[in-house]
Amino acid sequence: MTNSPVQPSREQRQADVVAALAEALPRGAILFRHEDTAPYECDALTAYRASPMAVVLPDSDAQVAAVLRICHRLRVPVIARGAGTGLSGGAMPHRWGVILSLAKFNKILNIDPAACTAAVQCGVRNVAISEAAAPYGLFYAPDPSSQIACTIGGNVAENSGGVHCLKYGLTLHNVLRVRGFMVDGEPVEFGSDALDSPGLDLMAVILGSEGMLAVTTEVTVKLIPKPQLARCIMASFDDIESAGAAVASIIAGGIIPAGLELMDKAMTAAVEAFVHADYDLGAAAILLCESDGTAEEVAEEILRMEEVLTSAGASRLQVSGDEAQRLKFWSGRKNAFPASGNMSPDYMCMDSTIPRKRLAQMLHSIQEMQSQYGLRCANVFHAGDGNLHPLILFDAADPDEIRRCELFGADILETSVRLGGTITGEHGVGIEKLNSMCVQFSPAERELFVSVKRAFDPLELLNPGKVIPTLHRCAEYGKMHVHRGMLPFPGLPRF
Amino acid sequence: MDQRDPGLAKLIDRVRHAQACGSPLQIRGGGTKEFYGGPRRGELLDISGLAGISSYEPTELVVTARAGTRLVELEAALEERGQCLAFEPPRFGSGGTVGGMVAAGLAGPARVSMGAVRDHVLGVTLLNGCGEVLTFGGQVAKNVAGYDVSRLMAGSLGVLGVICEASLKVLPVNRAATTLSFEWDEGRALEQLNVWRSLPLPLNASAWHDARLHVRLAGAAAAVAAACDRLGGIEVSADAAAAWWRGLRDQSEKFFSLTDTDLACGECLWRLSMPAAAAPVTLSGRQLIEWHGAQRWWRTTAQAHEVRAAAARGGGHATLFRGADKAAGVFTPVNGVLMRIHQGLKQAFDPAGVFNPGRLFADL
Repeated sequence: MTNSPVQPSREQRQADVVAALAEALPRGAILFRHEDTAPYECDALTAYRASPMAVVLPDSDAQVAAVLRICHRLRVPVIARGAGTGLSGGAMPHRWGVILSLAKFNKILNIDPAACTAAVQCGVRNVAISEAAAPYGLFYAPDPSSQIACTIGGNVAENSGGVHCLKYGLTLHNVLRVRGFMVDGEPVEFGSDALDSPGLDLMAVILGSEGMLAVTTEVTVKLIPKPQLARCIMASFDDIESAGAAVASIIAGGIIPAGLELMDKAMTAAVEAFVHADYDLGAAAILLCESDGTAEEVAEEILRMEEVLTSAGASRLQVSGDEAQRLKFWSGRKNAFPASGNMSPDYMCMDSTIPRKRLAQMLHSIQEMQSQYGLRCANVFHAGDGNLHPLILFDAADPDEIRRCELFGADILETSVRLGGTITGEHGVGIEKLNSMCVQFSPAERELFVSVKRAFDPLELLNPGKVIPTLHRCAEYGKMHVHRGMLPFPGLPRF
Repeated sequence: MDQRDPGLAKLIDRVRHAQACGSPLQIRGGGTKEFYGGPRRGELLDISGLAGISSYEPTELVVTARAGTRLVELEAALEERGQCLAFEPPRFGSGGTVGGMVAAGLAGPARVSMGAVRDHVLGVTLLNGCGEVLTFGGQVAKNVAGYDVSRLMAGSLGVLGVICEASLKVLPVNRAATTLSFEWDEGRALEQLNVWRSLPLPLNASAWHDARLHVRLAGAAAAVAAACDRLGGIEVSADAAAAWWRGLRDQSEKFFSLTDTDLACGECLWRLSMPAAAAPVTLSGRQLIEWHGAQRWWRTTAQAHEVRAAAARGGGHATLFRGADKAAGVFTPVNGVLMRIHQGLKQAFDPAGVFNPGRLFADL
């Protein structure tokens, strides 16, 4: 990442960068020995790793600004990092770059019960916001499965969802303001305490920008009154088609459940062994359908949900009688990932979205892919919004299994695009889905993404190499692939 | 969208020509919001021919319509299937289009509980300043592939590109709705809204004007009935309530109608976007408060700098919504770093600067 004609050795470069950073940070806030930086080599996508030149752990805005100014002056890539729970390698280091860990930004600054907002530092864990708001009867709605560990800054970077976003929205629907710094260390504020701000809606592009446009240090989120009551229906289906059709019937019936989740038979077996929650092991698919609100509202809605699910062909319905049972129903779904860890040495979690009506078709395709690639796959879906999380089971000790797993994953993503969906619903592109971006977007669309990045970060120093594939990469990948079901140059004769 | 579509092909030609000559274009749908924003310059680029609902699947909760589709036509199609645009976009006339709705980014009374236009945009196909047709987002609710360019279009006033088609999230209409009214002054109304906001109530919209607060409760019938008992107040008849909220939504309510004489006398309609729990704003003139305190309309002859200062004191910003003299700018200026980003984005989408120059900010 240097424009000088003679590239210094990495050791020399590292020494220069560390020396410059040491002018702005206390000694303990800079890690550069390999044994100290090793824990930062990857995020939750452990298959992709790199060793950073240094890791810095600032604890104030002034220090963050100073780090950015220094890195900008020296043209050093900066990769912001929260809890490192990301699943697409968004926080993977750059060999010539610095990891900006925001772990020390962990204070809740203000809970305003009258305005129903919370101002928190970026390193505050997702679930900690709801815990702090609980005494006021409020909560922060987006609840990614990693919510006990993931931070709000990371949620902003990924526009995280969760099991309740069908009703309560994604991160983007629940954030009012983001404060932070531009790549050169200049302070910046997107959004405000009001519901909108003058000019272009820059917050829209910041949310989900995977740390490539600015560095977030403080976030103001909306809080929502905690529903008085929630109840959950667990419905069994003898075949996947009926379960998929039941999802459509619920929506068609004018019901927006608080959560609507589907697990296939393989996943149900895995989670039952893990949590012992009385799941129906004989069912081809299990649907979890939740209603929340006032007691009157929930009673009314649960009745309607039961009617719809019964006429959609559910073979068995269980309605949670109390909070303990409701949490038990959810325990399996929330533990789907660790449970998969028990089934196989490794698993790769995919994340694409398709129109709801294609659920059954997609599941059948995945079934065929299992034999095609010789690997097993268990499925959990945010069925309400068509967001799939197929978990491909493999053994990372076997290079051929890794290869087949990657092909299997890419096939799922491309099938999703073909069915009218997208390559990532909530986990982000990061490093993992760069090739798939070539499938979903045309060269002109990808070029616009590059221009958007440059509008914020002209030298492309923030998290470079993520999200937007280079033209060359897509050209290589495109040799075997097609865009939106169309071969490139469809007019050319082919054999 | 198919680039060979004759309507689209014509637009592409016009944009390429404008880019080559560096001549500005003003994008126009139904022309119902020409009063809004900065001065209109350049040749008209009429998108009303690019019309029609491309796809609508009620069970997917998504509708895709071409930009020139009339909003009333879209809403009628949704109503037939018991669905709606939950953010209640204003209809300043029957000619308003889907493209204009997204570009203006304006939402009605339910915005406070249901979200803004941008919250319901799922995808957009646009024509950039080089005449390229680009698609961002899609037809699914969860989608984080690449930067969220489609939502950036909401409220962009056409300065980045021509919206050709938009996919929007739709929702079922509320099963029940009841409006309550309370004779309260501004202070009491805002105070009470601050309390209600933090309670699990089916609060859908509110409006305070002339010492009277209207509150709309909407959702499951049982929840609405229980909330009515809890809140008290006087129940407004269904017809009167529908007329009241429609009047606010479409700004046909008399508070919003500034006559030519009013305008000539220097009276303006200002929209103050405030933190919801902000204290009352003091200005000369008359006020109407929506969104539980987050949107405060003022009819006033006060100078632009006075209005902007009053909004800023409470942590908000002020937009000159209607007025004869727009010399002080329609929108509150943004600071240096944000303006540089605006200019960088303008350069990215519309390098020759042909689309709606000056409509959002004078130097954009």
